Amino acid sequence: MTNGARTLYDKLWEAHLVATRDDGTSLLYIDRHLVHEVTSPQAFEGLRMAGRPLRRPAAILSVVDHNISTQNRTAEIAEETSRLQVAALVENVQAFGVPYIPLLDDRQGIVHVIGPEQGFTLPGATVVCGDSHTSTHGAFGALAFGIGTSEVEHVMATQTLPQRRSKNMRVRFEGTLPPGLGGKDLALRLIGQIGTAGGTGHVIEFTGSAIRDLSMEGRMTLCNMAIEAGARSGLVAPDETTFAYLAGRPMAPAGALWDQAVASWKNLATDEGAAFDREVVIEVSDLAPQVTWGTSPEAVVAITGCVPDPALAASAAAREAMALALAYMDLRPGTPMEEVPVDVVFIGSCTNGRIEDLREAARVAQGRKVAAGVRALVVPGSGLVKCQAEAEGLDRIFLEAGFEWRLPGCSMCLGMNDDRLEPGERSASTSNRNFEGRQGRGGRTHLVSPGMAAAAAVTGHFTDVRRLLEAQ
Amino acid sequence: MKPFTTLTGTAAPLLRANVDTDLIIPKQFLKTLVRTGLGQHLFSEIRYDAEGRELPDFILNQPAFRGAELLLSGPNFGCGSSREHAPWALLDFGIRCVIAPSFAEIFFNNCFANGILPLALPMAAIQELAEAPGPVTVDLPEQTVTAEGLSFRFELEPARKNTLVQGLDEIARSLACLPAIEAYEAQRAQATPWL
Repeated sequence: MTNGARTLYDKLWEAHLVATRDDGTSLLYIDRHLVHEVTSPQAFEGLRMAGRPLRRPAAILSVVDHNISTQNRTAEIAEETSRLQVAALVENVQAFGVPYIPLLDDRQGIVHVIGPEQGFTLPGATVVCGDSHTSTHGAFGALAFGIGTSEVEHVMATQTLPQRRSKNMRVRFEGTLPPGLGGKDLALRLIGQIGTAGGTGHVIEFTGSAIRDLSMEGRMTLCNMAIEAGARSGLVAPDETTFAYLAGRPMAPAGALWDQAVASWKNLATDEGAAFDREVVIEVSDLAPQVTWGTSPEAVVAITGCVPDPALAASAAAREAMALALAYMDLRPGTPMEEVPVDVVFIGSCTNGRIEDLREAARVAQGRKVAAGVRALVVPGSGLVKCQAEAEGLDRIFLEAGFEWRLPGCSMCLGMNDDRLEPGERSASTSNRNFEGRQGRGGRTHLVSPGMAAAAAVTGHFTDVRRLLEAQ
Repeated sequence: MKPFTTLTGTAAPLLRANVDTDLIIPKQFLKTLVRTGLGQHLFSEIRYDAEGRELPDFILNQPAFRGAELLLSGPNFGCGSSREHAPWALLDFGIRCVIAPSFAEIFFNNCFANGILPLALPMAAIQELAEAPGPVTVDLPEQTVTAEGLSFRFELEPARKNTLVQGLDEIARSLACLPAIEAYEAQRAQATPWL
């Protein structure tokens, strides 16, 4: 930074610096706080115990998403602990005067889908949530990161967080993404290269021609998974695509204030010559759809590839880890990925539950049938995504093909509700984590794009979606 | 928060890489409304079978490690979700120090809010600690880890160390900056009124 040129992250950091505390840590101002039922009860309780008020209720948008049924909204939630956690949020937001989108409201949905959808997420803002996938909002040029419950309480009490400055990393995706590929393939390809700790200590700015061409939905998918690369956050500089997405959103500025905001947002770009601590360049023009084979998002291959062989691993530790993963996944080295069968297909989540994701899956499902023995779920990320999809007739396409059409929520991404894998079941999932037991004890998760998930649903095994698209 | 100065106890080795927060505390236990009581569910899916019986091979089920107060593990410990239930479960079990070559960031932050020391040492040192007989001692003020015949020094940012040694209330410390917060808010209302 000796030349004075600053990265986008530098600008966001400096614009939110409130003070330096007595121990040298920086106090950062928090503009936007998303709250859901799982990571907030102990924070509200902490405020009560300490007798502290909530500093700025209007900076919060709250919703229930993790525990709720995606099949029935009028009946009580069957599981008591889930029901109590949902009830606790409703009580807490009333007691503290926090804005809340009710369960039966069309605007209800997954926090990371509704924030952008409502225009609550804005360029240049700091956005936090007690959820690691808060990095999603970085797609708008907001500094967005996940926090723990003690930090949720800290933000509620002070509207600030003590922070350490991260390093700057730039990932350039150059070239033109081939048809049938999207943000998910970029994310998995990157994590496969740098690993799940590859971004630790860094904020990643995504740039390059493939990012400029990417829709807001694709950018959100990519930034959503920045956390799976270990990064503090992901960022994309706002541009005309960003402004077009936000214009007219209920909580976005309007009129003269909109013009003033856009003028300011146009400065949210990395200066020419700004230094990055680390830089990665990935050429995407010949990229193939990606699929994970193991129990970490870095365990990824192209759909044209095979299950890897631990014997070829670089070290004894890596060999052992691979063998452990393959045993859990019940896969044999050398098996072509296209020959791996699936039991369950899950299309949804904060990673891939937006309208463009559903369009992509519907394009593959159209005129086809879900393979015998496969259970396939489509779970819109919000009520508004669901309404939009129904207006476009996507629900009919899915239902006619034999997919289940569900109500919005986190659903099978993490199985805190009644959607989960049975032991030994194998899924093609558009979610973000393939950890052991993530979708249900003993469940085996393969992460893919919405198009790839739909392709697996209609063929019964992992299939190169490009072939199905060409056949249409 | 309970201050952390020195700790001497049994160190249980769980020497795998990328121990994620889903493994530390699976999603079905995130429905609690309190911070306590999660110790019995720590590492649930590799500690118990589907019927809830203890798996005898799992390290924390072995008689010598049932009372472990330290955990030894591989790189990128605590990756995945932001759930503070992970440090809550460790603490409730009785583990106040995790020694690993590296940690995921949100988990690392969450530890300090709960009086847990996430301590970074090279993998080779951790291997040696895992093989050492007898207890392991961590001295945070001196920044040393010792066991029979072994002694390692570790690094920790002074502010982080101070938080643990003094058991500080982070919210109270930030509220001490209230005039600066108010000044920032006034300036912000002018500069970015749409926020």
